[in-house]
Amino acid sequence: MSQRITRVAGPAAQACDMASSFMGEVVKLGAMGLIGEVIRIEGDIATIQVYEDTTGLMPGDPVERSGEEFSVELGPGLLGSIFDGVQRPLQALASGWGNFISRGAQIPRLDRSAKWEFQPKVTLGQMVNGGAELGHVRETELINHKIMVPHGVSGEVAKVFAGARTIAQPVAELADGTPLYMRQKWNIRKPRPVGKRLPSTRPLVTGQRVIDSLFPIALGGAGIIPGGFGSGKTVLEQTIAKHSEARIIVYIGCGERGNEMADTLEQLRELSDPATGRPLMERTILIANTSNMPVAAREASIYTGVTIAEYYRDMGYDVVALADSSSRWAEALREISSRMEEIPGEEGYPTYLAGRLGAFYERAGKVAVAGRPEESGSLTIIGAVSPPGGDFSEPVTQASLRMASTFWGLDSQLAYQRHFPAINWRTSFSLTHRAMSRWFTENVGEKWPEMIAKTQAILQREEELEEIAQIVGADSMEERERSALEAGRIIREGYLRQSAVHPVDVCCPLPRQLKTLETILGFIAAMDAAVGRGALLEDIITSPLVERLLRLKEAPPEGLDSLIESLREEYKTFFDSLEEK
Amino acid sequence: MSRSIVTEYQTVDAVKGPLIFVRGIKGVSYGEMATIVTGPERSMLGQVIEISDKFAALQVFGPTRGISPATAVVRFHGEPIEMSLSPLILGRMFRGDGAPMDGAPPLIPAHRRDVSGSAINPVQRELPRDFMMTGVSAIDGLNTLARGQKLPIFSGAGLPSNELANLIINNAGLANQGLAGQGLAGQGLAGQTGKFALVFAGMGITGREADYFYNSFHQSGAIEHSVVFMNLAGDPVIERFITPRLALTAAEYLAFDLDYHVLVVLTDMTNYCNALREISSAREEIPGRRGYPGYMYTDLAGLYERAGRIRGKPGSITQLPILTMPDDDITHPIADLTGYITEGQIVLDRDLNRKGVFPPINALPSLSRLMDHAIGAKSTREDHRQLADQLYMLYARGVEQRRVASIIGEEGLTEEDRGYVRFADRFEKDFIHQGESRRDMEQTLAAGWALLEGIEDRDLVRVSRDMINKYRPQRGDDELDKDKQA
Repeated sequence: MSQRITRVAGPAAQACDMASSFMGEVVKLGAMGLIGEVIRIEGDIATIQVYEDTTGLMPGDPVERSGEEFSVELGPGLLGSIFDGVQRPLQALASGWGNFISRGAQIPRLDRSAKWEFQPKVTLGQMVNGGAELGHVRETELINHKIMVPHGVSGEVAKVFAGARTIAQPVAELADGTPLYMRQKWNIRKPRPVGKRLPSTRPLVTGQRVIDSLFPIALGGAGIIPGGFGSGKTVLEQTIAKHSEARIIVYIGCGERGNEMADTLEQLRELSDPATGRPLMERTILIANTSNMPVAAREASIYTGVTIAEYYRDMGYDVVALADSSSRWAEALREISSRMEEIPGEEGYPTYLAGRLGAFYERAGKVAVAGRPEESGSLTIIGAVSPPGGDFSEPVTQASLRMASTFWGLDSQLAYQRHFPAINWRTSFSLTHRAMSRWFTENVGEKWPEMIAKTQAILQREEELEEIAQIVGADSMEERERSALEAGRIIREGYLRQSAVHPVDVCCPLPRQLKTLETILGFIAAMDAAVGRGALLEDIITSPLVERLLRLKEAPPEGLDSLIESLREEYKTFFDSLEEK
Repeated sequence: MSRSIVTEYQTVDAVKGPLIFVRGIKGVSYGEMATIVTGPERSMLGQVIEISDKFAALQVFGPTRGISPATAVVRFHGEPIEMSLSPLILGRMFRGDGAPMDGAPPLIPAHRRDVSGSAINPVQRELPRDFMMTGVSAIDGLNTLARGQKLPIFSGAGLPSNELANLIINNAGLANQGLAGQGLAGQGLAGQTGKFALVFAGMGITGREADYFYNSFHQSGAIEHSVVFMNLAGDPVIERFITPRLALTAAEYLAFDLDYHVLVVLTDMTNYCNALREISSAREEIPGRRGYPGYMYTDLAGLYERAGRIRGKPGSITQLPILTMPDDDITHPIADLTGYITEGQIVLDRDLNRKGVFPPINALPSLSRLMDHAIGAKSTREDHRQLADQLYMLYARGVEQRRVASIIGEEGLTEEDRGYVRFADRFEKDFIHQGESRRDMEQTLAAGWALLEGIEDRDLVRVSRDMINKYRPQRGDDELDKDKQA
């Protein structure tokens, strides 16, 4: 073995005598055995991106080839865990190596000693293919983990071992002697196979009014959240992680703040699933590769996360993968590309940026599961984008825009006014809105599409009038027009604005969205009619009813219906009384 | 990694800006330190930033002028940049490269640590949730700082960022030593009673600025619990690359070995970033935005992320980096990348400064991401969040109407809109402005509620009825009448 290091520059290293290596091969470098991956081969020189800090490596240090591509380990024990970008379990790393990330730690990715109660589904003599369900274990109180035959393996089941097993012990054996384990490996850069892609006709309900009502995302869709710093990307992603109706959440903290990861972790441990009362962490997997952790591992982190997400999709679950932030991933790509002295494209990013981003978002989708065509699962990918200077014309935002079916553009101006979620209703869009409208009519209400159209019209009208008001002054506007401005304000304050901390307001289920919006639109119509008949706007907006309407979203769910009922009656009486004046 | 035999080479091949290239080396590792001897009694430090079997590239922490390939000797140390640490470091002053500048002998090390530090394992991070008093209403009231947070000051040329930093240093120190009250309910909270230390890193600052801080530290006595690193504008630019790393290594030692609450002031980060750009351009790297290297985000994160708390450790590192936004441009890469890493920002504003408001903090773009964790009934007061939101809403509206009025004239505004403009004026004059005085939490909240006197109920949508009744100053009807007549 004479492979050895010839050059080290930041996260990139080169090694000689590597002609028989292959792209993507995992290697170990130096005495510490730092993990890296081959990303270029020229003659017998291979360029390696190193997933750990390279300080201390020197030319002449040995390089050990593994013969394998970079893959993650999949099996029970993933849920509730927190991994770094190359799937090292951070909890175990902390217990064994202390408070700081240490290098060269050799540590199994999934716990080899934990026992899981395996309940078989297959019977002896049954023929199985890749993707077939062998049985399941109860991974957490919330989630059953299906044990599936790895892709590429098939045969007749000869033995089954029910009961408490570790992932190191086989749970079944095929007639040809092939043992089947509860764990399998998968190359992170290769999408897991699917049976068939299915059209997506229902939304991922997030509990966020502005999203679910105006810009819903499809189950299996791809959404992006671009926004300058401080516009609330991370809070929005955290909120979706906590309150959306997904069964499994994979949260990828890619090049972001350490304190934020601590925060996410803490919240998910404390918050409980409303249906079962179990901690939300039991349906969550966190990938944390913070901004000061090695840059090459940051590049890998989104693939690690999405591969784990696909694995749970293959069990038939609706999975959401949240990537915060895809821009940091793109920067890692740029840094490695520049160390390889590639010819850069736009703003120094490699020319393959758009291609890689596209391939990543394409891993989203609603599918018939490979090997079990009667079952379906979905993977929704939501990526935050951090455009420099908040300028959406930069390459990462633009490349992501082409891939995404849903776009939630965050606006610094709204954030400055503390209007959160700061989703700009003028620039955002949902391409799948139409495809889902049938679902909304059937599941939310007949009138829903009409109400949404009305809401958008009010916001549109407000925007036009604001422009006029800025030229001529609101004072010189007609009463009807000022009433339209007030309508816009009520929609913004009373409906679109939603607190991420208020115990009730933090999550608004769809039936409640319907009731709230109905009440608000009813008031606006009555106000408009009254002003049309000559009532003074001043008399309306100074009424305490407006304040109560704006606070409707904060009212506790118990007694909401009677509150709405009385509010409606009161404003009816109120407008009638205006009439009489 | 360390070797007993020091390797020496006289094979300098090229000198380019702050870099030198040494050929024919063996057994030298990436990131290793070296001493470059350029003449009798003349030497400087350098670090290996690229190594291959043919050559090593070193970045030199000193002027490369005078280095001759013919005579220079490079002595490799066999280890990365390390610094000496001991409890006696408190009260000391060092140059930007770590050499003592207070006349006292070098520290006798109790420990030696790699200055580049390691990332804190995210699962070992303790979320900062202890309120840290600064005595400044615009910060304590609206953008509250937590121990373990990193909150930069975005300044502009000629704006009083140093004065603000100094005010915070003095107030934070006072509050911590029990000389003044903590948060209202904050007494006895874990982490509020510990020892306080200041670590100050000046990078490329002028002699005048250095004197300002130096005198202030001496006058207030802060120097006794401080560690100061000074790289002045005339000092070698590349030295700035290690100055903040020395400071943060000292801070980590004080916080996580000796249990101090450490406040780290890094000024001016703009000079640091410019040094980074200089190194990058000398290495002929492909520049990113405005010539700054593409890895500047990662590099800055390596500094800023060294703030925080660790599970089970009483100490903390709070960072207050100061940067000058070129041309007051908040989208400039230095401010932009900083804002993406830090947990908020305090933005200084030229218009407010011109109006004589001190500290001239523009509340709208300012933000503290950890505020919600640090405030509330348990630490400050139950109404804190609501009050801050309410002030924000009214101020944002006032500023907007002020802009409209500048286009259409004040007469074009409705009476209601004029009310918002008046609110914005009072907010700047009575709440943001406080001069050199120090407000405790009670005074800050009271100043906020005083502004809400006379505001119509329909505008008070961010504060609950209960809070209004409990905290808004009550006034008699005759007083209100008087107001109306006025």
